[in-house]
Amino acid sequence: MAWFKKNLFKKDMFKNASDEKKSVKVPHGMWVKCNHCNEIIYKKEVERNLEVCPKCNYHFRISSKKRVEIIVDEGSFVELNADLEAVDALEFKDIKKYKDRLKDAHKKKCGKDAILTGSGLIGGTKVMLGVFEFAFMGGSMGSVVGEKITRIMEVALAERVPVIIFTASGGARMQEGILSLMQMAKTSAAIARLRRAGVPFISVLTDPTTGGVTASFAMLGDLILAEPKALIGFAGPRVIQETIKQKLPEGFQRSEFLLEHGMLDMIVERKRMKETISMLVSHFA
Amino acid sequence: MSYRNTRDFDKPIEEIERKINELRERSQDSKQENQKGQEDNGEDYSAEIEKLEARAAKLTADIYANLTPWQVTLVARHPERPYTLDHIENITTDFIELHGDRLFKDDPAIVGGMGRIGDRSIIILGQQKGRNTKERFYRNYGMPHPEGYRKALRLMQMAERFNMPIVTFIDTPGAAPDIEAEERGQSEAIARNLLEMSQLRVPIVTVVIGEGGSGGALAIGVADKVMIFEFSTYSVISPEGCAAILWKDGAKAETAAKALKVNADELIRLGVVDSIIKEPLGGAHRDPKASSKNLKEAIITALDELTAIDTDKLVEARYNKFRKIGVFAGDEA
Ligand SMILES: [Zn+2]
Repeated sequence: MAWFKKNLFKKDMFKNASDEKKSVKVPHGMWVKCNHCNEIIYKKEVERNLEVCPKCNYHFRISSKKRVEIIVDEGSFVELNADLEAVDALEFKDIKKYKDRLKDAHKKKCGKDAILTGSGLIGGTKVMLGVFEFAFMGGSMGSVVGEKITRIMEVALAERVPVIIFTASGGARMQEGILSLMQMAKTSAAIARLRRAGVPFISVLTDPTTGGVTASFAMLGDLILAEPKALIGFAGPRVIQETIKQKLPEGFQRSEFLLEHGMLDMIVERKRMKETISMLVSHFA
Repeated sequence: MSYRNTRDFDKPIEEIERKINELRERSQDSKQENQKGQEDNGEDYSAEIEKLEARAAKLTADIYANLTPWQVTLVARHPERPYTLDHIENITTDFIELHGDRLFKDDPAIVGGMGRIGDRSIIILGQQKGRNTKERFYRNYGMPHPEGYRKALRLMQMAERFNMPIVTFIDTPGAAPDIEAEERGQSEAIARNLLEMSQLRVPIVTVVIGEGGSGGALAIGVADKVMIFEFSTYSVISPEGCAAILWKDGAKAETAAKALKVNADELIRLGVVDSIIKEPLGGAHRDPKASSKNLKEAIITALDELTAIDTDKLVEARYNKFRKIGVFAGDEA
């Protein structure tokens, strides 16, 4: 599970500045150190616990494949639009070409873009599913992500089955410029159609969900769920801190903060996620 | 004419303009002396002024035809560029500003109300920047909080109830990034506007009149017709923000502006904007009234066209307009 090590110990760019001092040495082998509570934990135990720290309940970021495994009935997932690929429409180049960033992302073998979509059964009920892949360019939303989301929504509308999307994204993909911004309008318009037709959309926010993803479809669920302690916000904490030049309050922009401010329906632990969604979906049926 | 906030590229133009003004003053003085019935040899500068004016016009045309994306960004942010309320005053009659989201408070960073353009009553709204330090603070630099977007939505939904077309003006660096905005659901407010605007059963016209900064701009921009002023910009992120993240150096904003393709002609090419509204020679700030006049004509033409379309078709077309934006490969043919 290479992704696990990488995600666990990579310095987290979306974290509050106050968290950043906890630089962690990588322990090799059977033990890992939780970058949240700093406890040394038996690696197998973390894996068994669905990549949740058994000591502090910190929910680590997981791959889209792992998420699908945890959520859908075994063997029921059928991927859709797997071959959609980004095009460098702006011929964008910062310190690196967008084309090269895409190549690097493809080398990670985590899919052709930042979302995995398809259909599957949850507790026997058919749903359309979208799962963000944070390892692919920070889960950023460009044309491919916007298109794949819109397509599962359109299938859901035609077949009248619920849509469930797990987000993990830094927001719009800058390398696609204004085209990325417009994916916010496109996906939100697709949800408007679901609403009129009475087809449910459940949005599940996981760490981290920020920017143009939060400010579009992610906050438009009929139900909005979140994993514990996930960073969820419009502006990133660093941007806010630079703007207001003040220290951010403890727990700011975490799931618990959003629940308290009325932005979420509930916080659901990873181990309860499938049964919770299954029950919610059954009420809509 | 004021010379504050001079852009570098504007300097040669302003140099000539200054000379013209000087000559004008001198010729005024000599005329006055003539009137006192003294010598009859008052100097006439009119030929010289005419020559300089022609030179200024040519220079302005040359410079503004070749602005870099960053320079256009600076023009779009020009502190004397006409803002939402300036245009509203210039293009509407019987305008009455309306306030508040009915939930929390009134946000001065978004203004809106009812007015008449041509013979149509409309709802018109947009982000509002401030012109001096005090005003800028009051308007929060044109960066709305959730209550601003909710006020906009309230007005737009009212427009739908009374079958009034909607006109929105985009002019913002972006939505407010602060603690209060997050607490009150900035994301939800923006997202809800995107969703609701896509289904409103009245024509919507959006014009980017200055700075179109990210989701905070788009939140009032899901329109049937999206137009942009010649020297306005529309972008997923500010050039400075993009530079800070991707170049790790905010000073690379000029390079980022170019990479992001923020200009009107690029936005047309990418299918995000439908048409460009011409600005007076040297930018809207040189002649706000003339720019408003062009704006008014463009809006009336757009509304004439949109009000003639059957409502179901209008809403369907709006969906499809945004549905098709994006470039990707790998579709099974
Ligand atoms: Zn822990």
